[in-house]
Amino acid sequence: MNYGYLTLARALLPEMTLVAGALLVLAYDLIRGRRHTLPERRAAALLLGAVALAAALYDSLAVGALGPVYGNTLMLDPLAVATRAGVLGLALLTLGVAAGARLPRHPAEYVAIILFANTGFTLMGAAHQLLVAFVALELASLSLYILAGFNKDSRESAEAALKYFLFGGMATAFLLFGFSLIYGVTGELDFSRIALALAQTGMTPLLALALVMVLVAFGFKAAAAPFHLWAPDAYQGAPTPSAALIASASKLAGFTLFLRLLWPGLGALAGQVATAGNTGGWLTLVALLAGASLLLGNLAALAQANLRRLLAYSAIAHTGVMLLGVIAAETAGAGPLFYYLATYGVATAGAFGVIAVLEVNGGCQRITDLAGLDRRSPLLTGCLAVFILSLAGIPPLAGFAGKFFIFAAALQVGGVAGPAGWLTLLAIALSAVALYYYLIVLKQALVAAPAPERAGRIRVPTATAITLVAAAAIIVGLGLFPSLILGLF
Amino acid sequence: MNGLLSTLILVPWLGALVLALTPRLSPRASRVLALLFSLSTLALALVAWAGFDPAAAGYQFTEQHAWIRIPQVAAITCHLGLDGLSLVLVLLTGLVAPACLLASWRIERDPRLFNLLFLFLQGAALGVFLALDFFPWFICWELSLVPAFFLIKLWGGPGASRAAYQFVVYTIGGSAFMLLAFAALFAAAGTFDFVALAALAHSGALAASMSGPALTLIFLGVLLGLAVKVPLFPFHTWLPSAYAEAPTGASMFLTGIMSKMGVYGFLRILWPLFPVQLHAAAPVLLGLALGGVVLGAFAAMAQTDLKRMVAYSSVNHLSYCLLALFAVSYAGAGHPDAAGAALGGTVLQMFNHGLSASALFFCIGCLELRSGGRRGLGDFGGVRTVAPVFAGLCGIALFSSLGLPGLNGFVGEFLIFRGVFGLDPGAAAVGCLGLFATAYFLLTFWQRVFHGPPGPGVAGFRDLGAREILTLAPAVALMFVLGVWPQLLMGLINPLVTAWAAHLP
Amino acid sequence: MNLLPYTIYLSFAGALLSLVAGRRSAAAARGVALLTAVACWGITLYAAYGFTPSNQMIQLVDVTWISQLGIHYHLAADGISLTLVVLTGLAATAGILFSWNIAERTGEFFAFYLALIGGVYGVFLSADAFLFFVFYEIAIVPKYFLIANWGSTNRLYGAMKLALYSFAGSALVLAGLLWIYAAGHASGFSLWELAQAAAGLSHPQQVVIFAFLFTGFAVLAGMFPFHTWAPTGHVAAPTGASMLLAGVVMKLGAYGCLRVALPLVPAGLEFWQPVIAWLALAGILYAGLVALVQDDFKFVIGYSSVSHMGFVLLGLALANPAAMAGTVLQMFSHGVIAGLLFAVVGRMVYERTHTRQLAELTRLPLHRLMPFAAVVFVLAGLASMGMPGFSGFPAELTILVGAWQVSKVWALAAALGVLIAAAFTLRAIQVAFFGQAGAAAPAAGPVHLYAPITWPERTGAILLLAATLLVGLRPDLLLNWIIPSLQSPMMQAVWIGGTR
Repeated sequence: MNYGYLTLARALLPEMTLVAGALLVLAYDLIRGRRHTLPERRAAALLLGAVALAAALYDSLAVGALGPVYGNTLMLDPLAVATRAGVLGLALLTLGVAAGARLPRHPAEYVAIILFANTGFTLMGAAHQLLVAFVALELASLSLYILAGFNKDSRESAEAALKYFLFGGMATAFLLFGFSLIYGVTGELDFSRIALALAQTGMTPLLALALVMVLVAFGFKAAAAPFHLWAPDAYQGAPTPSAALIASASKLAGFTLFLRLLWPGLGALAGQVATAGNTGGWLTLVALLAGASLLLGNLAALAQANLRRLLAYSAIAHTGVMLLGVIAAETAGAGPLFYYLATYGVATAGAFGVIAVLEVNGGCQRITDLAGLDRRSPLLTGCLAVFILSLAGIPPLAGFAGKFFIFAAALQVGGVAGPAGWLTLLAIALSAVALYYYLIVLKQALVAAPAPERAGRIRVPTATAITLVAAAAIIVGLGLFPSLILGLF
Repeated sequence: MNGLLSTLILVPWLGALVLALTPRLSPRASRVLALLFSLSTLALALVAWAGFDPAAAGYQFTEQHAWIRIPQVAAITCHLGLDGLSLVLVLLTGLVAPACLLASWRIERDPRLFNLLFLFLQGAALGVFLALDFFPWFICWELSLVPAFFLIKLWGGPGASRAAYQFVVYTIGGSAFMLLAFAALFAAAGTFDFVALAALAHSGALAASMSGPALTLIFLGVLLGLAVKVPLFPFHTWLPSAYAEAPTGASMFLTGIMSKMGVYGFLRILWPLFPVQLHAAAPVLLGLALGGVVLGAFAAMAQTDLKRMVAYSSVNHLSYCLLALFAVSYAGAGHPDAAGAALGGTVLQMFNHGLSASALFFCIGCLELRSGGRRGLGDFGGVRTVAPVFAGLCGIALFSSLGLPGLNGFVGEFLIFRGVFGLDPGAAAVGCLGLFATAYFLLTFWQRVFHGPPGPGVAGFRDLGAREILTLAPAVALMFVLGVWPQLLMGLINPLVTAWAAHLP
Repeated sequence: MNLLPYTIYLSFAGALLSLVAGRRSAAAARGVALLTAVACWGITLYAAYGFTPSNQMIQLVDVTWISQLGIHYHLAADGISLTLVVLTGLAATAGILFSWNIAERTGEFFAFYLALIGGVYGVFLSADAFLFFVFYEIAIVPKYFLIANWGSTNRLYGAMKLALYSFAGSALVLAGLLWIYAAGHASGFSLWELAQAAAGLSHPQQVVIFAFLFTGFAVLAGMFPFHTWAPTGHVAAPTGASMLLAGVVMKLGAYGCLRVALPLVPAGLEFWQPVIAWLALAGILYAGLVALVQDDFKFVIGYSSVSHMGFVLLGLALANPAAMAGTVLQMFSHGVIAGLLFAVVGRMVYERTHTRQLAELTRLPLHRLMPFAAVVFVLAGLASMGMPGFSGFPAELTILVGAWQVSKVWALAAALGVLIAAAFTLRAIQVAFFGQAGAAAPAAGPVHLYAPITWPERTGAILLLAATLLVGLRPDLLLNWIIPSLQSPMMQAVWIGGTR
């Protein structure tokens, strides 16, 4: 029991840095912004934002794994530290993407909101109590809604934001209802205490209801089928850096939060998916979500002609695999899942980075807009190839290693006999299907000839170029040496 | 002399290589060079003859070159050896091959390639006659098909493509099963060597090492491979077209030498390795051989194309050899004299038929040249008056093929019939039908082509030129010599044949 | 021998260098590519020269990689791997020589090509199942782009079909491997550890796992009825790629069966042997018959590849040392022969005549217009038919010997396959090169209507022909490496489990 405020302050140092940074960005722009042009203002905002993120990153690593903080309100275990570092890193990537994207009308506000969102994410990574979890989640979500609708000139952006907000708001309602039921039954807010209480009460109909609520909210947040309906529109309409952030950091933070909630917290109600009998716990539900996401995501992606929607459906498919990772965390711990989330985030953010640059140079909505990319920009083509192949799960890239670890862990849960095993086999089979649509994307980039009106060479801004290359290098490096991350857990 | 047999095989191949590497050689030079390389076979064969001791048992001039060694699995050698049978056939090759080249002297289209292929073919044939291990034997057996295919296809008549294709596919078809059979033998016996396998068969170890049905299947496989080559009725359907469409030189070699490869295979491989199975199958095979004899002859009677006529007559003549062999296998155990006669007749018939059939094809080739490509039975007539030398030499070849006493053909056929009559009188009787039919069509040939009113264009026929006489004369001379002094060859093979007859199961 | 891992590294490095060099000039890219391929081949030959056959694998590299799953970066080689890496080096060099005329995006072409070769080397040298799988999959993406970018007939469809079939096959393999790892509680991913783990599984499980593994690998080897990607893909591919794909990459599948599927779950082989044998025979006969009626020259060769791979699969199914030795020999032999056949059809004939339809080619007296191509194709065709003197003969002979020991019926059917191969090869030779026009045309010497055969084509053809002749006349050179390797501890279980 550690109720020290000093420790709490230390634990929350990254969050404080981020808030301070956000305020600084806003202040700077307010004071000095009038004298500068929009690009310069954006550059300044991004720079300050990056500094803030870097500082926060340093803080979180320096603070390290303190363990339980402030009476178990926060838990700074290796998973938390890794999540925070991951989220901040992904946010840095997003800023790099923003450097090459279309110019927003209010750059400072944009960066500030990204920083606020990150505050939510880092808090989500460390939350160990129902209320803190909820607050963090809401902070992040609200910021993301705004980010999604930031492009006031675009109808799609507004539609994306609205859909995201409505679905997200409903999810939040479900979540709150579920949380209150849990509190009502157990009388505790803290995950570990809840676990103890649930071990005694076991499953009751009320708890079953609470589980369903929580999982529905989880499904919404993670864009798992059948709660995924907001995702394609959000990915398609939101400004590209926002989409990058939604796809990468928010997934990482969200999964970490729910992983903590489900396993340590509601672990007693897990049931089991090792055999095919009636399990009666949330594992079954998660398995169903995973299966639905895998099937829907992969099959729907086959039919897409819009690149962003394809990425959205592929995100849903990947969510399916991540949910499998949640199931596998029972025996394998958080390592495989975290690895998958982190590398998936980098790959997706990178892909959106490429899209962002293309958007400024002729637009990029349809897959065919990628045509002839290798002649227009070898850098973008190379990076895109790395990202897409990682998403497809081709070795020696990180995507493959991530899939491999999760599948191996999932099969170890109960062998091939039970639902976990069947899901794994399904996931493996569908990855072959997925290769088709990923190759279609690469085919446009590397094989098709460029359309006459979009044939000019593309100049990639330096910051974005560095970001993309760094992302690609991370994918390759982590693919070759996955122990770097796995060894942390 | 050490290495004589390898030299025999390699010299023609060396000639082929030389021709291959000199693309700018003039046609005349390539023909002369090829002829010289080809004659080397005759020279070396005579050397071998000189050093050959007919009375010695086993093989002479043997060579064993280690080739493929796989520890604990296989040790395949290039095993060469000469006995009376192979010597006779090598001599035959030495005589027929240069004749073929001389017959092809006037080929205008790419003579260098023609000669190159021919030398390659000659070497392969020699390899078949001299190899005593299945591995090199089969290589030469199959390789001989390649130049034969191209010789027929590229220089042949209008139907040459199809004929060549049929020829190769049939033969390879049979060879595939022969290959399988030998693979199985190898699996059981662990060796590919004919001498070793014959010893195993003789001692009964081969029969002990595998089940009866398996051994029968192997026997059938080898039989099939050899039967297509000879050919044995009813696997002969490829032959008339192939012989007819091929250019003259190739037809001569095909009938003279390549068909003997099949009979040689029967004598060298099938009979020593599978005496029991052959004995069991002999009644059926006798029937097939008789079918070949009779139907070959009657089919020849029905032909109007001279080349096809001689082709069918080849089926007939070769079936005599097989008839003798099958009769010996069937009933020879108790009749060593008859068996010896039959076998001796077989070998002699091989040699004689090689000479006479190739001579006949050459004559038809001469007719074709002079008539502008026609070779129908009714296209000629009265050639004797315009080309008496030609008529004379061709007549001798015809009568040799017919089996007229005084010429070489008679001795072989006589011995065969004498032997078969002593072994299976019924078969001999039926075989006589073939003799009558043969006499009929050959005399028809003689009469319709050389006698009677002159046919269209015959008046313009010139008689044989010097080169053509050079081609025919040695063969014709031998026909006379061997007719009155068969001892020349019989001396070589008598001890061998007697030994064979004595060792019948 | 210790230099062998460098074949992998050099290939990938060469791929990157080619890409860079390609920006300067096509010639630079070609030079870099050829140099890399020759260097790697040289390494393999050097290793072969110093190789003493034994039944133990020679460990090359063994480093802990992902300790959490017991995965090691583990490379090892024995006689079988050596045979196949020598083949890879030869096929790669010849393939690059026959791709000398690629003028568009040359650097990228050779980058993909060398990346593919690097993956192939990696597969043949891996001794850890995870690493094996990684290299196996690395090979897939370059294949797609080689065909999609530089291919001909139906290239986009052919490339996608090929890539998806390969990936689907590898998905099956992944499922099988993970199953063994999880259900068998394996301590790591090395082949030995997985074999131990699989041995502890129940028989029904082993049977199903074997089906997964074998089918997954056999898809890439072109087993009937999953072979349909092969003719389409190989026809669509550019010449150099077809040579490599049909010659070497199909062998990856067979090698996977031999190195992974069979030793890990031999009980499965015993169960599935008749099925596999009949499917292999069906492939031999069916593909052969289809080749007999094809109108497109390249399709004849494509189907002939499927037919020849049927022999390889038959040998695998027979599971006795004789047949297995023949299988590996056939892998080498067919690799060379397929390379030759595709080279002639694609590079020598198609590039010049711009048609592959036999009906059109037969009207041209090709044997006089391209005598060198005709000779090479005739020799390659003879080798393909199993003519003695060429490498196909000892390979098919050995497989027939092995087949006879297990089932006379299978041996007979296989012999029939040899016959059909002779028929369609002869037909192709005859119709394509010695068409009707040949008989009527007069004149000596070749008529120069087409561009002369270039030196890279000559060199490549001579290299491949020399290889097939050498192995045909002295098969013991390879068999003496292969046969001891088949007696390794891992393979012992296969013989005990598999022979009848």
